[in-house]
Amino acid sequence: MGKKILYAVAAPIAAIIVALVISSIVLLFAGANPLSAYNNMWEFGTRLETIIETLNRATPLYLSGIAVAIGFRMNLFNIGVEGQYILAAIIAAKVGAEVNLPPVLHVLVIILTAMVVGAIWSGIAGFLKVTRNVHEVISTIMLNAIAVAGVTSYLLSVWDVPDESLDTATKEIPQSGWMPSLNPIVELFTREINRVELWGFIVVAIIVGIVYHVMINRTRIGFDLRASGENASAAEASGTDPKRMIMTAMVAGGAVAGLVGLPELLGSSHAYNLRFTQGLGFAGIAVALLGRNSAIGVAIGAFVIGWLDRASGVLEVRGDAPREIVSIMTGVIILAAVIAYAVVERRRRAEEAAAAAAATAAERPPDEVGAAAGGES
Amino acid sequence: MRKQLWLFAIIMAFALVVAACGDDDDAGDGGTETTAAGETTTAAPAESTANVGLVFDIGGRGDQSFNDSAAAGLDQATAELGITPSEASANQDGSNREELLNLQADQSDLVFGVGFLFAEPMTNAATASPDVNFAIVDDASVDLPNVAGLVFAEQEGSFLVGVAAALKSEAGHVGFIGGVNTELIQRFEAGFIAGVQAVDPAITIANQYITEPPDFAGFNDPASGKVIAQSMFEGGADVVYHAAGGSGAGLFQAAKEFSDAGGSKVWAIGVDSDQYLTAGEEVQEFILTSMLKRVDVAVFSTVEAHVNGTFAGGPNVFDLSVDGVGYSTSGGYVDDIVDQLEDYKAKIISGEIVVPSTP
Repeated sequence: MGKKILYAVAAPIAAIIVALVISSIVLLFAGANPLSAYNNMWEFGTRLETIIETLNRATPLYLSGIAVAIGFRMNLFNIGVEGQYILAAIIAAKVGAEVNLPPVLHVLVIILTAMVVGAIWSGIAGFLKVTRNVHEVISTIMLNAIAVAGVTSYLLSVWDVPDESLDTATKEIPQSGWMPSLNPIVELFTREINRVELWGFIVVAIIVGIVYHVMINRTRIGFDLRASGENASAAEASGTDPKRMIMTAMVAGGAVAGLVGLPELLGSSHAYNLRFTQGLGFAGIAVALLGRNSAIGVAIGAFVIGWLDRASGVLEVRGDAPREIVSIMTGVIILAAVIAYAVVERRRRAEEAAAAAAATAAERPPDEVGAAAGGES
Repeated sequence: MRKQLWLFAIIMAFALVVAACGDDDDAGDGGTETTAAGETTTAAPAESTANVGLVFDIGGRGDQSFNDSAAAGLDQATAELGITPSEASANQDGSNREELLNLQADQSDLVFGVGFLFAEPMTNAATASPDVNFAIVDDASVDLPNVAGLVFAEQEGSFLVGVAAALKSEAGHVGFIGGVNTELIQRFEAGFIAGVQAVDPAITIANQYITEPPDFAGFNDPASGKVIAQSMFEGGADVVYHAAGGSGAGLFQAAKEFSDAGGSKVWAIGVDSDQYLTAGEEVQEFILTSMLKRVDVAVFSTVEAHVNGTFAGGPNVFDLSVDGVGYSTSGGYVDDIVDQLEDYKAKIISGEIVVPSTP
């Protein structure tokens, strides 16, 4: 048990130490003082306002990470989250602006619209894979381009509301379709918050995380999904239809991907405009990798990446270092984590194999022991 | 399959690191320049104690486009007015503009946002910090007493380079390449077309944007810029104007290659800054002129007004009459038509010609 915990924490801690060392070297090269830079970042990053900014950043990253993780569980490399969420966001923004409903229902309709759009767009890639055996990496890359540069561009030009600003934006969603800020709740436990608002959508993200965890670990469909991911032919032999599993994973991943743009849409922009954050779908891949596809791990990954992004604003403003140092840190953390996990995993398996070999050695002839150990690694 | 996934993972992570390192080159320069500028401040006779914060849009200092132009204005103010500058750049997806404006407002008494995408973040930040002065480049929609909107008559400057293109075109065929099809870039297009047609309505005008919003890749895609320029030159155009930021490098390259390949000499027209001076020696001789959009002048004069206590909120228009826009003469290629250009300029300033801002 003690060993299990050691294996769980060794990799992330090693990753962070390696990242700090490499970042310090880069900072020194850039002529900056690493200690003062880290100190400023820590001081700024632990303010309540920055924590809230971080949570606002981590919420879409988390949803994106979960959307990618659902595919990863099935060994599907869904890099189409980018297109799925942008298309979902603009259509949800338009639907939200056009319908007139009482407060809670209005938000639910927007959420449902986004999930359906995401699921359909992702489902296209799943359908192509199941029927024509098109690799999902290829199809989702192309669907990204079609979604962003094609469909969303067209819709944005058609749905643009002319005004005196140079921005191009869809009609604003009426207030009944906004998600309230959670500031009053946070302020109950802390102090008055200045200038930032905690987006209400974080509640939905938490629900998604719980549902994901339960589905994957506690249900038949989650078991089938993991089994197909680990060993497709074995799963098929035991009665799991791989095509159905591919479609399920793509559609479920797409539905979650549809939610990625909503924290911003319902919490702050209330319309799809030129400022609407892009790139969250790709960022989600890194988050899923860092979190190893587990509900909690992805949350930690999203928070760490979100915090680095938000706390780093102070570096340039105070003249410590260019903010790109944070891109380096993020990249190094991911790289180090991936390598550390691989090393730890290999050790763990080797020990398992050794233990299994030792346990079976007494009962079986020696040549079979060798074969069993070989099969494990 | 599992191994493949790990391989993907490692390649992904590696790509991230490499991308970050790539970014760092530019920003590293920016960082050093900031320090250098800071030292100048202490060395020069400090006339002002003003703290000026500037938030660049995605790309930051070193983008060879309007961020750089704003940076030049800030550098000039630092050197001549003795203000203390502070810079910041929006992150890769631009989602932290408001955070950076707030951060600058905490330690500065004048804060710039470079680009119209700052409009909404600045409305929030300026409302939260009513004692701080703000200024936004390319936007006049923020209606607050402590926000100055620095807007440019891009169509007027584009009109003049349109006139130059029409006068210099022997084929009677010119082209326009826009980076991203937004309302802002459409002003450049509208002015250019009006300028060409003012000289000769019969001239053919080829017209193409690289990308459509929300895809902003068109401002930083020299390869696509080059392909489009090549097809325009091969289609018979002999002068092509770009309003495509970093993609313009592709146009210059295409003009050089087409001319070198034995075709007749073709011209490119630059944008924002005097690109004859910045685009590189090997393409210099193909840059006829550049449409100047003096973001640096706007930034400097706003700092100056702030220092002198004459800062005023509301729209500040930088047009031909105040040399907020114009054309460049470096290289001497338009020397023979300067009289005609000045003639049109005078007519625009007097109001005799009204240049449309939408195509």
